[in-house]
Amino acid sequence: MNIVVPVKLVPDLVEELTIDASGAALDTMWLRLIINEFDDHATEQAILLKERSGGQVTIITPNAEGVDDMLFAASARGADRLIKLVGDFENGVNNHALARTLATTIKDLQPDLVLTGVQAHNDLDGSLGPLLAEYLGMPYTGYVSGVIVNGDKAIVRKEFPGGLIAELELKLPAVLGIQAAEQPPRYVAISKVRQAMKTATLEEMDAPGLNPDGGPTIGRMFQPEAAEKAEMISGNADVVADRLIGIFKELGVL
Amino acid sequence: MNQDIFVIIEHLRGQVADISYVMLAAAHELAQNTGGKVEAVLLGQNVQGLAGNLAADQVLSVEHPALADFTSDAYIKAVAGLTVEHQPRAVLFGHTSVGMDVASGLSAHLGLPLVGSVRYFESGGKFVSQICGGKIMAEGELPAPTALITLVPGGYKPEQGQSAQPPQVTQVAAPALDGLRVTLKQYIEPEAGDVDIAKEPLLIAVGRGIQTQDNISLADDLAQALGGVVCASRPVVDQGWLPTSRLVGKSGKAVKPKVYLAIGISGAPEHAEAITGSNVIVAINTDAAAPIFNIAKYGTITDLFDLVPVLTDKVREAKGG
Repeated sequence: MNIVVPVKLVPDLVEELTIDASGAALDTMWLRLIINEFDDHATEQAILLKERSGGQVTIITPNAEGVDDMLFAASARGADRLIKLVGDFENGVNNHALARTLATTIKDLQPDLVLTGVQAHNDLDGSLGPLLAEYLGMPYTGYVSGVIVNGDKAIVRKEFPGGLIAELELKLPAVLGIQAAEQPPRYVAISKVRQAMKTATLEEMDAPGLNPDGGPTIGRMFQPEAAEKAEMISGNADVVADRLIGIFKELGVL
Repeated sequence: MNQDIFVIIEHLRGQVADISYVMLAAAHELAQNTGGKVEAVLLGQNVQGLAGNLAADQVLSVEHPALADFTSDAYIKAVAGLTVEHQPRAVLFGHTSVGMDVASGLSAHLGLPLVGSVRYFESGGKFVSQICGGKIMAEGELPAPTALITLVPGGYKPEQGQSAQPPQVTQVAAPALDGLRVTLKQYIEPEAGDVDIAKEPLLIAVGRGIQTQDNISLADDLAQALGGVVCASRPVVDQGWLPTSRLVGKSGKAVKPKVYLAIGISGAPEHAEAITGSNVIVAINTDAAAPIFNIAKYGTITDLFDLVPVLTDKVREAKGG
């Protein structure tokens, strides 16, 4: 089983986001990047499949600040091959361009399964998985939270609203958009990541001529203004708790 | 190319999803700008009965056994056929488990532009998308010639997309749907769980901010003191700290309690859409920019680890215990 996992970094939403001087993009100066959490789940699902039935897991990602650490962490968790795409990724790249360039590289890797996050919080031109599937000529299913491989087929659990699950069968090779791995992404000790830095190899591959056709042009970005923002209660825990008690009483739940 | 707006109606096991009505409302806003008609596209098998209250100028119904249950493969082929033939100005999909599987694939398949996470259209026809967990809005001109759109809920009310007047239904022949690579095996019903959070009047919800499984007990204690039930956002359930039956959000339950106390929940769109039916939302989160404060009535940035134990004590006192 040859599994390829395309992964990307996204802005950490815990940090403050600001808009740059152009008014149409995020200010990247202070932006802290972390792995897209759904890609983290896709990585975990790939490693679980490998542990269950053998095979090789390849992580592939466009170059950005911090990707080396992310790749070494994936290696420490059990990934076998680490590929860094080198190209004009500095100012960000949309999913259409990323999918086109990934498709070229992934075709040569001849995967049985491609697992990627079902979405990223900064996707503006759709999610990566279905684009990639189409460029690779493979079937796709997203919102997946469970995968079993059976010969040349994958049986997947797809989530619908309200907790309903559809069990679908896909012919391999296929692309899956992972919502959640069957187990939470495993923790690895820093010492193991350090060890991976010494032993694992980062392969660099060229990704020339990025083509973003198919994504929208953004004219303006802004922070949403609530029609009615919450009434904020300030003070120490004691003061806030007293006010909340008052609110609970007003609302008739206490 | 014409100026019509297509809406791909989302339905599951005989029920039209609310997002379909939200899309119809958005389509009317957009059609006013383009001067075209709103056409609802109903894919399935024996689904004419679902057309009744769709607020559309026309319903295009495509019936085929391969469309009886949703698969991306069959849907992409069916929508591609209609899009190439009619060349509408825009095609709207839900930003959902159904719509997202189809829209991106169709964009690559037909070479048409796609805009994701659109929340509303401006009167001039520009789209406004909601990204970064609801913290950033992105605005732009509707791309040409046919814009594929995935729409998130929140910008329009479902009632705006419903009509008492049944629309005209036109049957359209399905394209060849062979060589399909995705098939449905079965549906698995949701876990019942010990309580139905959709019916509970007082919910104590925990999110990523709770940090560890042990800390869930803080919420348990408060819930027990108040007589409420503990539920959670996705990260907590993915960690296995609470069962799926307690999940509030896109793949979980939509809730409508009298009071929803959100502890350490940022209020990302996938969660926010499922709690807007709450009577009053009270939010505890140290991030003053968390989108939860845009939908909460009361909020505080006091640290939950300081506040919740004190609050629990005071609730017990108030109850005379």
